[in-house]
Amino acid sequence: MTDTPDTNATPHSKHGASLLELTPRTKRRNAAERRFRMYGMAAIASGLIMLVILVVNIFGAGMGAFQQTFMTLDVELLEAKLDKKGNRDIADIKKVSTFGYAPLLANAFETLVAKDGIETDLSPKKMGKLLSKGAAAQMRNYVIKNPDEIGKTVTFKFLTNSRVDGYMKGRVTRDSIANDKSISVTQLDLVDQLVAAGAIKKRVNLDFILGSDASDQRPEAAGMGVSMVGSLFMMLVVLALALPIGVAASIYLEEFAPKNWITDVIEVNISNLAAVPSIVFGILGLSVFINYMHLPMSAPLVGGLVLTLMTLPTIIISTRASLKSVPPSIRDAALGVGASKMQAVFHHVLPLAAPGILTGTIIGLAQALGETAPLLLIGMVGFIASNPPDSIAAGLMSPNSAMPAQIYEWAKRADPAFYERAWGGIIILLVFLITMNTVAVILRRRFERRW
Amino acid sequence: MNDMTLVGKNVDTRNIKISARAVQVYYGDTHAIKDVDVDIESNTVTAFIGPSGCGKSTFLRCLNRMNDTIDICRVEGQITLDGEDIYDPKVDPVQLRAKVGMVFQKPNPFPKSIYDNIAYGPRIHGLARNKAELDEIVEKSLRRGAIWDEVKDRLDAPGTGLSGGQQQRLCIARAIATEPEVLLMDEPCSALDPIATAQVEELIDELRQSYSVVIVTHSMQQAARVSQKTAFFHLGNLVEFGETGQIFTNPEDPRTESYITGRIG
Amino acid sequence: MPTFWLVVALFALSAAGFFLGRQRALQAAGGDARQLHSLPSYYGLNVALTSLVPALGVLVIWLFAQPMIIESTVSGMIPDDLIPEATTRGLVMSDVRRVAEGLDTAIAQGAMTRDEVNTISTDDTDVRARLGEVGVALGSEVRSEVLSAAQRYRRMSQTGAVWMSIVVAVLAIAGLALAYLKTDKDFRARNTVERGILLLLLLAASIAILTTVGIVLSMLFETMNFFSLHSWKDFFFGSTWAPNFRGDSELSILPLLWGTLYISVVALLVAVPIGLFAAIYLSEYASYTVRSFAKPLLEILAGIPTIVYGLFALLTVGPALVKVFGRGEDGLLGVEWMSGATSVLTAGLVMGVMLIPFVSSLSDDIINAVPQTMRDGSLGLGATKSETVRQVVLPAALPGIVGAILLAASRAIGETMIVVMGAGAIAKFSGNPLEAMTTITTRIVSQLTGDTDFASPETLVAFALGLTLFVLTLGLNIFALYIVRKYREQYE
Repeated sequence: MTDTPDTNATPHSKHGASLLELTPRTKRRNAAERRFRMYGMAAIASGLIMLVILVVNIFGAGMGAFQQTFMTLDVELLEAKLDKKGNRDIADIKKVSTFGYAPLLANAFETLVAKDGIETDLSPKKMGKLLSKGAAAQMRNYVIKNPDEIGKTVTFKFLTNSRVDGYMKGRVTRDSIANDKSISVTQLDLVDQLVAAGAIKKRVNLDFILGSDASDQRPEAAGMGVSMVGSLFMMLVVLALALPIGVAASIYLEEFAPKNWITDVIEVNISNLAAVPSIVFGILGLSVFINYMHLPMSAPLVGGLVLTLMTLPTIIISTRASLKSVPPSIRDAALGVGASKMQAVFHHVLPLAAPGILTGTIIGLAQALGETAPLLLIGMVGFIASNPPDSIAAGLMSPNSAMPAQIYEWAKRADPAFYERAWGGIIILLVFLITMNTVAVILRRRFERRW
Repeated sequence: MNDMTLVGKNVDTRNIKISARAVQVYYGDTHAIKDVDVDIESNTVTAFIGPSGCGKSTFLRCLNRMNDTIDICRVEGQITLDGEDIYDPKVDPVQLRAKVGMVFQKPNPFPKSIYDNIAYGPRIHGLARNKAELDEIVEKSLRRGAIWDEVKDRLDAPGTGLSGGQQQRLCIARAIATEPEVLLMDEPCSALDPIATAQVEELIDELRQSYSVVIVTHSMQQAARVSQKTAFFHLGNLVEFGETGQIFTNPEDPRTESYITGRIG
Repeated sequence: MPTFWLVVALFALSAAGFFLGRQRALQAAGGDARQLHSLPSYYGLNVALTSLVPALGVLVIWLFAQPMIIESTVSGMIPDDLIPEATTRGLVMSDVRRVAEGLDTAIAQGAMTRDEVNTISTDDTDVRARLGEVGVALGSEVRSEVLSAAQRYRRMSQTGAVWMSIVVAVLAIAGLALAYLKTDKDFRARNTVERGILLLLLLAASIAILTTVGIVLSMLFETMNFFSLHSWKDFFFGSTWAPNFRGDSELSILPLLWGTLYISVVALLVAVPIGLFAAIYLSEYASYTVRSFAKPLLEILAGIPTIVYGLFALLTVGPALVKVFGRGEDGLLGVEWMSGATSVLTAGLVMGVMLIPFVSSLSDDIINAVPQTMRDGSLGLGATKSETVRQVVLPAALPGIVGAILLAASRAIGETMIVVMGAGAIAKFSGNPLEAMTTITTRIVSQLTGDTDFASPETLVAFALGLTLFVLTLGLNIFALYIVRKYREQYE
């Protein structure tokens, strides 16, 4: 068909004689095509593999935190040690410090070893070291609450020391403790016998979810509960401020704003604020809320304010999108029956856009819940969030931590036992995030309108 | 209708380039093309006419398997090019499309220079051994596309900067540069003004010397002006197929007559 | 919490105003709502809003302004010679506040009477001991000037609070009365209410501006303070980052910028190829089913909080890299190239994973915006899909993809948690990706969370770093958004 001389030795085509036979060039090109396709699949696969590694890693390393090793021990609450006068005067009982309870533990161990016929070279005092440093305080609190139990033998469920816990979970081995001063191989031998005797057991540890953080010395007792309350109060602040302000701003920009440079400036501003690094919001919070307005450091109120400013652009952008998706015919219909523009918006457009607004808000909240960097600057890290607040005001104003800040705090500590806590904390955080996002997706599916 | 097909077949058996038998096309659950038989001859312009949505473009896209790019589209029946079934599993659509080129409704120059637009096909198919040969192909194609004089001084300018008519002629030149055997044109003039349309029509007539051209058009006048054979599609059926002159002056089917006289469409 | 009750009272008053206004309007119309200009509830709303909004506004402004005014007055009472070496007025002022709070606590616990608090002086009372009894621990003896400043602080706060309540209450009642009296059947209540609401909406919208202004101003002032204490030449053009808390620090941003950019480049080297190929596969090749599960799964990576990535870097990726590149004979490669878990590679790899969905979803959108006719044109010439993608779709989408990559880069530069936990703390110019290096955001965190004096250049430098970071990311964003918008317009 062409008048040019042909090099492919085909009578009438440069593109191969027969369609049914692939030219070498087509084969090469198809190979390139397959390679290219494979790169794409490899890219998707590697992204998904990362996700799987991340998830497996989180759950592998973190599930342990929801279980803890406990030791049941019968302790005789010796009257001679705890209430010398014997009149059960609570003031006198309180005078006995945790130090005074230590010998009781040693006695209890001695009794246990004798009873179960366990052989060990350890002194009773050394045996007591298997338990958490909080064991004595646990007994003291019990005695102060129940002074009548003095003189009786009470069965306590003590947390074991984090090394014993690590041994039970396979984190600590006889090899790994060569240079560890806080536990010895003989102690681990004792642990093995106690496990056999049924005294030491792993149990579900609700205190990790509900309890408070603990000092560097007691990783086994640290929990997420109080920081969860801190996060809750921050989210309340964010919800109470960001939702109304965000919706009001969106309504103004989408429905009422005149087309002028002020509106343009506001719009450009919002889209850029959405991309400002979160740490910058932390600097803003530190210098405006704390240094300038003297709001208390580490308060969830301040955290909430900072996160509000950070979340606002997200909420505004999604709210505007859902307002925009309400067709103009709805507005025209309302205006047509004599409603004012404000009435048209508040009576018709806003209710129709509500599911979208809610979805956007939940996603914004989820983002705020996981944010850490600004919280570092306003001091929500670096101390022990010990007691849950007792009132709303205290919840807002008294120093607290937040879930991600608590996780960071644990990750920074030297004792590897805290790492398990950090991963466990991440599981809790992710459970919240997944729940929120699922709710958002369900809302969107359930109420999504197609115009 | 069957008669007409048979007549066409009898006349030009040795020159038949593409032959379609009992072609069915489904879009999901929609039966878009129903049992179509058509023969496309060499060195002939065949026009597909019919009201919008009658399936003429869909059928055209079957001829170089462009419908493969649409997931839900399914083609049944047999279409042969030079006697070879183009839907045979051994056939590579890429190689088929090199033989059966296509020009689209909307001019779609690539966001590249005019030169690179034309050189794209020869490059991917390896038609030139060196730069000089490629230059030659580009010039020849632009000349045959009747746009050489307008662009010869600015081959490095982006193709998207040309006017609509120029863009469409560029796209035709681009299709020619690949040296196809059949050229499919899907309403090539629908986005153009009358002057540009006239230029493209003139070009189509010239192209007939070397290719078999299939053109889909919604303009009956255009079909009458450029084509030798005309096929009239209606609601996915091929209603009538025959010599253009006969279709327009003495249609056999009442639907064809209604369409030509403007009562339907 | 008197302010809390004040707010409650304001809301109660405005609720009452709503019913009063509504009732009065109905009365004026003789009980026939049709005689009214607006719906009865608008008259109520008018009264409620007129009573609530100005009072609430004044309350908020007062709450912001009062501490500042008191602060500046009281801090004027402290003579310069009282400020010890190496501290600042700010620190003395925090002593003052601590004492004032201590006195409040003492009253609350009944350890002191109100009069006693106002009259005690350091001559006859050991204030530190008395406050210690109620659980307020003070670092040093309380000086007489500090005590009297604290007393003044308390008095002013109390007077301020009283005045605030009075002013706010008067405003609320006056607003209520005014609006109530204006209520009449011909009063255009709806128009008034709607104007008010529009104003509130506008106010809400301008909070975005206020935030930006707040960000810029707060950092600008402290940055200027910093440059008055430290040479700007050293900051921008010096070569060493060596904060020294005895003074004479070398605080140059360049080593930090180097670390930041190095880590960002590593992250982009991971994220761009994977993200781009993933986007190409999803938009050009993947079937509907693959797309509908792979895309959301990939996007999960973007929804994971950065603290998780930080932990992943610190505890998983870092040690894994050490296992490969470090530990000498015990390592997988038998080399000793890496000593600690923190390194450029650690942070960069993990950040790259985080950025994959950014690059992929943005690029996916952009590739999808390339018109189908362009692809048809190429396929119609007999090009394979990959040829079409590489030679037609990608060049057409290039500006948009560049914009997407710039947005990802801006994320990388501003990312904090991953680098804080994964990158290390050593500021240096080095090309070795296995070494620990530090970044701008890491230094901001460490300079602002340390125990140093707030007025020292070592702390203030964080604001200069923050401002630089802000300008850098803002510039990148504006540029990227501009490119993307231009690109979108091209195909609209």
